[in-house]
Amino acid sequence: MVEKALFAIFMEGVFIKNFLLIQFLGLCSFVGVTKDFKSAAGMSGAVIFVMAMAATASYIVYNYILVPAGMEFLDLISFIVVIAALVQLVEFVVRKNVPALYRSLGIYLPLITTNCAVLGVVLLNVLSEYGFVQSVVFGISAGIGYTIVMLMMASIRERSTFVNIPSSIRGLPQAFFISTMLSMAFVNYFWVIPI
Amino acid sequence: MTEISSFLVQSMAILGGLGLAVGIMLIVASRKFKVETNPLVEEIIEVLPGGNCGACGFAGCADFAERVVNDDAPINGCPVGGFDVAKEIGGILGQEVTGEGEARYPFVRCNGGLNCVNRFEYDGIEDCKAVMMLSDGEKGCNYGCMGRGTCVRACPFDAISIGEDGLPHVNKNLCTSCGLCIAACPNDILVFAKESEKVHVRCVSHDKGKAVKEVCTVGCIGCKLCEKNCPEGAIKVTDFLAVIDQDKCTGCGICVEVCPQNTIEMR
Repeated sequence: MVEKALFAIFMEGVFIKNFLLIQFLGLCSFVGVTKDFKSAAGMSGAVIFVMAMAATASYIVYNYILVPAGMEFLDLISFIVVIAALVQLVEFVVRKNVPALYRSLGIYLPLITTNCAVLGVVLLNVLSEYGFVQSVVFGISAGIGYTIVMLMMASIRERSTFVNIPSSIRGLPQAFFISTMLSMAFVNYFWVIPI
Repeated sequence: MTEISSFLVQSMAILGGLGLAVGIMLIVASRKFKVETNPLVEEIIEVLPGGNCGACGFAGCADFAERVVNDDAPINGCPVGGFDVAKEIGGILGQEVTGEGEARYPFVRCNGGLNCVNRFEYDGIEDCKAVMMLSDGEKGCNYGCMGRGTCVRACPFDAISIGEDGLPHVNKNLCTSCGLCIAACPNDILVFAKESEKVHVRCVSHDKGKAVKEVCTVGCIGCKLCEKNCPEGAIKVTDFLAVIDQDKCTGCGICVEVCPQNTIEMR
């Protein structure tokens, strides 16, 4: 376990190691679900939950099953199993309790399984040798960072549909322009400031 | 050799055990969070068009099917499927469906477009509602079609396009009669018209004849020639606008010939 303040880990997860705009993980949902604010918010909520749960579960699996058996090389495949199961669990819960959200998320809910951002959180936890609390904090903060960027992107895209621009740029190219500028802002403001 | 095999067995046991544990957990969860679904809902989803357009007023076809089963929505509530789908749903639920089976399509009640004079040059958001906010639009006529394609964007089936004449055109092969364009039009230019209704007045302007003539070459001036010449008494001019009673109209076409502005059209 490394000595690192929880606040530093939190800031790192939200801004400095932001999964979408600095590490460029989980970009498929970043472009796919940000067409309107509501489904972006729903997706973000699901991702925060899955990331926190995945960080917790994978810490237990890694440190209490894989490390004592000396099977650390199995981390990737067992994390995928854990995350897939968790997403399935979330899907059950959402379907039962919030059917409207379930319908609006559509294919993107099962796609969290293959969302590399979730696996990224878990693998970075192992790589940085975080303890249990640190892992969970990093998981939650990564989810919050994801949420912030998703909501920013969704609000900008919602408003920019009314902008008078050439039709060749409309839609996806426009989304790429916006994400480029957002990413530059994040890199410039947070990457250069050491905590 | 034994070392390697024991290593293999060990890793297989760990992964297998992990998979087993996760699987059991998921089975328990799926039992606990089981969503009770009515088999009728699935059957109705099968017969619905599946466009998820939302024209019925509910969140997609699945939601509509659920509500029909729970009696929250009428059997003929799907405007896209129309009479045929209503009959099939009625068959599934064991209910009689009465009503008309004829297809209806949106009809553009304005022939202005490029025939209509512009009062100023508009250079803003490409949207009818936005144009309307600027002193009732750039067109000289306050009643007519703005031609900025709000209906085009409202259509989930790509059935409407703005033609070279600056007016929306409905592609009947793609149109599903969902009615979203009619709801979207800020000027109520679009209405449903049956295929058998041949004669239509392509104007909605209530302005006096002189005012109409100043801005539009094809608008109704309220001259009452059609009203006087109609053998069935199906046309009535109220507030300087001819209105055809489609129940009485026989489609003889006399009004089309006498109309000095060519406002009345035969399809």
